[in-house]
Amino acid sequence: MENLSEKSRRILDRIRQDRPDAIASVADFRGELTLVVEPAQVLALCQYLRDEPDLQFNLLEDIVADDMFPDYPRFAVSYHLYSIPHNHAVRLRAPVEDPDEGPDTVAPVWPVATWLETEVYDLMGIRFKGNNRLRRLFMPEGWQGHPLRKDYPLGYEEVQFSFNWKAIRARKPHPQE
Amino acid sequence: MGVEQKLGEMGVVTARLEDLVNWGRSNAMWPMLFGLACCAIEMMAAQASHYDISRFGMELMRPSPRQSDLMIVAGRVSRKMAPVLRRLYDQMGDPKWVIAMGDCASCGGVFNNYAIVQGVDEIVPVDVYVAGCPPRPEALIDGIMALHEKVRGETIKDWA
Repeated sequence: MENLSEKSRRILDRIRQDRPDAIASVADFRGELTLVVEPAQVLALCQYLRDEPDLQFNLLEDIVADDMFPDYPRFAVSYHLYSIPHNHAVRLRAPVEDPDEGPDTVAPVWPVATWLETEVYDLMGIRFKGNNRLRRLFMPEGWQGHPLRKDYPLGYEEVQFSFNWKAIRARKPHPQE
Repeated sequence: MGVEQKLGEMGVVTARLEDLVNWGRSNAMWPMLFGLACCAIEMMAAQASHYDISRFGMELMRPSPRQSDLMIVAGRVSRKMAPVLRRLYDQMGDPKWVIAMGDCASCGGVFNNYAIVQGVDEIVPVDVYVAGCPPRPEALIDGIMALHEKVRGETIKDWA
């Protein structure tokens, strides 16, 4: 692992010094540091990253989720952290095996996480433990399924050509006054 | 040589009721101030001085559905927006007309996916479809002219 940029190296060494067991693996792409961590470790590590004076990751930029269907573990949640005082960034990546048993919410560390986790739940269906405001945010109330999952059907209806025009027209709803 | 010289001092003009009502409806058809996506920019251009739909008695975009006669659905309608659009349509007083402006409102356009209604004719009855992505202001005005023609052809049986 060891073509880290200087900035990434400094962050990683600092974390390893205090939390030697927290990081499962490391990736560094063009100076962007990614730390793979266990979901159970996320909350404690986030608390440390925010409060450690040498790191001070005081801004949670985003929480995103990946669906790597059909690989296993299928999901992964990424936390994009940024430090305004130190101008450095890190990404935490937590693999999630069961979407109903997601990582702990990081809302105690960064309150904005409530919204970001709600978005992830709405579109990808990962339930964050301890976040009791998970609900539909972008999709309409009562929507079934989570549309950004790989196994969610993408298209809504066939394209109408001259050969299937009548069949599609017959099953489309036609509202009256 | 106007009609008043034929009629003398009577101050009376005779016309068919259908023609009179249709003339009034088609020459003061107020659209609703209502834009959903990029087509709304072209709709604004159609209202502005260069194209100027006030030439056809449509200068007033009413922000209230109660005072408007024409709904121009300018843009894609998401499934979340669909109930809102239908509610606005229901709040408009009769007579009312709908123009589906652009490909997205007409048939879903490039957005053939779960989130976009595949044609606004699934939720409200549409009178005129205007093609284009987005249609130019001339195209929208042409669609409005087509609607005016349609309204002028209505008979008393259509209202009752």
